[in-house]
Amino acid sequence: MIWDWGFALEILPVLARAAVISIEATLIGFALAASLGLVLAVVRIAVPWTSWTISVLVELIRSTPLLIQIFFLYFVFPKFGVVLDAFTAGVLAIGIHYAAYCSEVYRAGFDNIHRGQWEASIALNLSSWTTFRDIIIPQAIPPIVPALGNYLVALFKETPLLSAIAVMELMQTAKIIGSETFRYTEPITLVGLFFLAMSLVSAALIRSLEGLLNRRTTR
Amino acid sequence: MGIRTLVAMLVIALVVIGALATQESYQVFMPGLLQGAVLTIEIAVLGSLLAIVMGVLAALARMYGPTPLRWLATVYVEIFRGTSALVQLFWLFFVLPQFGVTINAFVVAVLALGLNVGAYGSECVRGAILSVARGQWEACTALNMSRPQMLRRIILPQAFVAMIPPWGNLFIELLKSTALVSLITLSDLAFKAQQMNQNTFKTIPIFTLVLLMYLAMSLVVTIGMRLLERRASLGLARGKAA
Repeated sequence: MIWDWGFALEILPVLARAAVISIEATLIGFALAASLGLVLAVVRIAVPWTSWTISVLVELIRSTPLLIQIFFLYFVFPKFGVVLDAFTAGVLAIGIHYAAYCSEVYRAGFDNIHRGQWEASIALNLSSWTTFRDIIIPQAIPPIVPALGNYLVALFKETPLLSAIAVMELMQTAKIIGSETFRYTEPITLVGLFFLAMSLVSAALIRSLEGLLNRRTTR
Repeated sequence: MGIRTLVAMLVIALVVIGALATQESYQVFMPGLLQGAVLTIEIAVLGSLLAIVMGVLAALARMYGPTPLRWLATVYVEIFRGTSALVQLFWLFFVLPQFGVTINAFVVAVLALGLNVGAYGSECVRGAILSVARGQWEACTALNMSRPQMLRRIILPQAFVAMIPPWGNLFIELLKSTALVSLITLSDLAFKAQQMNQNTFKTIPIFTLVLLMYLAMSLVVTIGMRLLERRASLGLARGKAA
């Protein structure tokens, strides 16, 4: 018997509990990515001399593997006296990695704002803080929501990497079930199906959100 | 970022690797890490080739294939885009043997990464084909060309240029994903790093070198793709005038 429904049902609750950890990691990681990304993008424009440094930093983060960055935070930080538990280190690494991607998305959003808006803000003597808060960000964010949503889905699919530093998320749980029972078929297939279902649902959500936002902005 | 900056970053990365490699505390790690890097490059290159083949095939099947083929291609793309690369890797590595199909880890790595990136790539190919101006298609029809002729002579050469930048991103993604194969027992760069780290606890030199090596490899890909794009778009009236 290759596929055992009884066994699949038996491990389902265990996997469901682990899925909660995966989703937690996704949400915290994305909150970090979205906010840090916004800060990077704003600072890059508001403080011109940081622009070059930030673009090199973003390039560095984007061109090295997330797995190595997770290892780096988990193994190297303790050498400097900062001991992070696996979950914190993993989520921090994922958040920073995706912050680099998100900052590019925000930048595209800011670049799309008509130059007249910036000039009008200067003419009205608004501080750069007020300009961003009241003029630029409210216009720049809605069009980039779908792009950010795509990164949320991508980030969610990267959470299995946390299993490499033994965070008890879905993949790690599936692996443990596999090694305890020598049955890998059910746990790993279920994990795959779970990700597939979540991705399809969130892709549909993003698409409808996109439609909603388009309707609002093109009126 | 401009191509000059990228080249400068590559040179700096290589110089720093070279400088570190001459230091005693770093020197011992170099042979192992380079060995790992070779495996990483092998997997990345073979995976990329598979990804190109799968991307083009899936895109063409989805756009012009008969209905069953179209469905098959859609299912392929949705499954490989919808689940994470690590899950696919583990599935091929742990689950397939239970169905009696045992593939060695290297082939699993190439297959999983190639199929995964190929699924994303098929969307790039599709987008690029659709981005060719409609007049070109109409002109082909007016000249009474068959569909394969149209694609081969008129559409694909133009779509090719539009495909280069997104494929560049995908190759970088694939290169970075090769770090995952360390989790299915292949001794690539990431695996060597972890193994040496566990044996020596010289965490900082090891991971610094590894990050720099991945950076250098990604930069080579980025620069290569930029050059290819420049070469391919010669003589085409597209984008901003230089």
